[in-house]
Amino acid sequence: MPHKTFLAFILPSLLAMLLFVALPIGSVVYQSLFIEHEQVMTEVETCGPFGCTTERKVDAAAMQELRDAQPAGRFNGLGTYFNSGHLAFDRIGQIWTRSETWGGFFNQVMNLPLYKALIFTLAYTFIVTPCVIVLGFFIALGVNAIPGLIKGPVIFFSLLPMIVTPLIGSLVLYWMIDSRGIIGAGLQALFNNPSLSLKASPTLTWITLFVYGIWHNAPFAFVVFYAGLQGVPQDTMESAMVDGASRWERIRFVTIPYLLPLATFVALMQLMDNFRVFEPIVGFSAEANATSLSYLIYSDLRGADTPLFASAAATSVLTTLGVIVLLTPVLIRTWRDFNRKA
Amino acid sequence: MARPTNAQPLPLMVLSLGFIALWLIAAAFPFVWTAWGSFKVEPDFFSRSDWTNAITGVQTIRQTGSAFTGAGYEGAWLEQEFWKSVINTAIVTLCVTVISLTFGTLGGYALARSGYRYTFWILIAALIFRAMPHVTLVSGYLLPFFELGIWGYLPTTIIVLVAINQPFTLWMLHSFFLSIPKDLDESAMVDGCTRFQAFRLAVIPVMWPGVVTTGLFSFLLAYNDFTVTSMLLTQENQTMVPKIASFLGSTQAEGKVMYAVAAVVSAIAPLFVLVLFFQRQIVSGLTAGAVKG
Repeated sequence: MPHKTFLAFILPSLLAMLLFVALPIGSVVYQSLFIEHEQVMTEVETCGPFGCTTERKVDAAAMQELRDAQPAGRFNGLGTYFNSGHLAFDRIGQIWTRSETWGGFFNQVMNLPLYKALIFTLAYTFIVTPCVIVLGFFIALGVNAIPGLIKGPVIFFSLLPMIVTPLIGSLVLYWMIDSRGIIGAGLQALFNNPSLSLKASPTLTWITLFVYGIWHNAPFAFVVFYAGLQGVPQDTMESAMVDGASRWERIRFVTIPYLLPLATFVALMQLMDNFRVFEPIVGFSAEANATSLSYLIYSDLRGADTPLFASAAATSVLTTLGVIVLLTPVLIRTWRDFNRKA
Repeated sequence: MARPTNAQPLPLMVLSLGFIALWLIAAAFPFVWTAWGSFKVEPDFFSRSDWTNAITGVQTIRQTGSAFTGAGYEGAWLEQEFWKSVINTAIVTLCVTVISLTFGTLGGYALARSGYRYTFWILIAALIFRAMPHVTLVSGYLLPFFELGIWGYLPTTIIVLVAINQPFTLWMLHSFFLSIPKDLDESAMVDGCTRFQAFRLAVIPVMWPGVVTTGLFSFLLAYNDFTVTSMLLTQENQTMVPKIASFLGSTQAEGKVMYAVAAVVSAIAPLFVLVLFFQRQIVSGLTAGAVKG
């Protein structure tokens, strides 16, 4: 296809992506180098019947003028990246010199917002992803063995947790684990502990979020593996049987190797999706005990009276770097594949 | 004849069936429970005394005289004006799906038919864009949109969602067009069609299965989005999901949590119908990337 025709076909799509995906990344980098204007103060004298008092007030008009002149704020260089809300190298240095044990060091670092979010995000990504693959695989094996007539309905219900809006799915579960909801009350009865609440302790909140993540994502792995199982070569399976392989050995040495490329695909998609975990934290109102990188950005933009653009932008840039690190192995592999084909 | 490799001994069969039954309960029960509970009053849905109240509706009978009440739905749809959000969601999802597919089919077709190296770079860029957390992009939009005065309107949100959706659409349709034989449009061009005529006359008639599948996922992305819609829309223009999130703050405090429950059930219902009718396409769409990639 000539370059010109190619361009004509791809232009709308390319333009949309450049304007609303590539350009914002640039805008985020730019914004992260600036910081909100300092407040312009003026002295105001108010005189009442009991004498005069001077007050310092924010000069709204002057502030507005400044904002209009420089909407992104004043230049701050990399300052935002290193402040205590982000990388906080100073604080880490202090903690390092003061704390004697690894545990103490770790606990204090966990109090810094960015590290707290980063650790939760990584824990979520690397715990949920393997669990999803394993659970999805076993569901696929189970569904593959049931009679054909009920397969359709089983697949229908299995798809629901994935299709339903993440925020809505997490709300549905959140209401059920409420101490007055059925699961919450059930757990209280089970452990015979009427004050047990899944929302109170950080550990339990983390586990709840992980369980939600697995519940939400397992159908995806299930569907992919189920489709893969339909293509497992029956000849190989039968030869393995003739050679005396047990049921488990057949799964281990025939099915699993055959499904391995699919598992890589599921792992890749899951890593990308789980790294941006955000909605469940809103749905489960878990921000006190668990925040993710995405949630940090959201709360910077929504939490304060005026959005903290610089702080959100710095976190965004750091998150983007995280995504690129996460994707590097995949990119290298795709590059090799492409060269082999070419 | 049953294939011998699939015959299971009884204990294993029981174990496997039991496991599937457990999974089905985990997958479906929360929705059934919430849908049932949405027709009760709050003291039944969150029952402190006895969980069976949520099934029998003791408090609901005491308060309203019948075991079912539509009070939650009435409050959410009329008093809190949830119907407005429903209309907004309908506009946003419809526009996003149509525009995404138009851009995506053109782009995907070009990527599938061009043999040059830059197609690889476009696809790789799309993969990276696909992995970007949406909220990082939103934090890039917010300030420019405020400055330009286009923040808060539905068209802005629609075009943003289309752009966020493009990488996925491009990948999906690219691999779909690869599976349509090149000869089809090339023979049309030999007969004197231009490239665009060949696309219109030879390719469009056979592309619908792939487009429907991709369209389903575009629809789901727009319908399920919370990040973009909650940050880029004003309160009047809110779609369903951010509207439900806003119920949680104010109305939950006023003891109107049943409004949120009713709204949640209302938002799940269309998805339920969607899966019912398009189960086959959803399954094939999910696996398409896997089998080829």
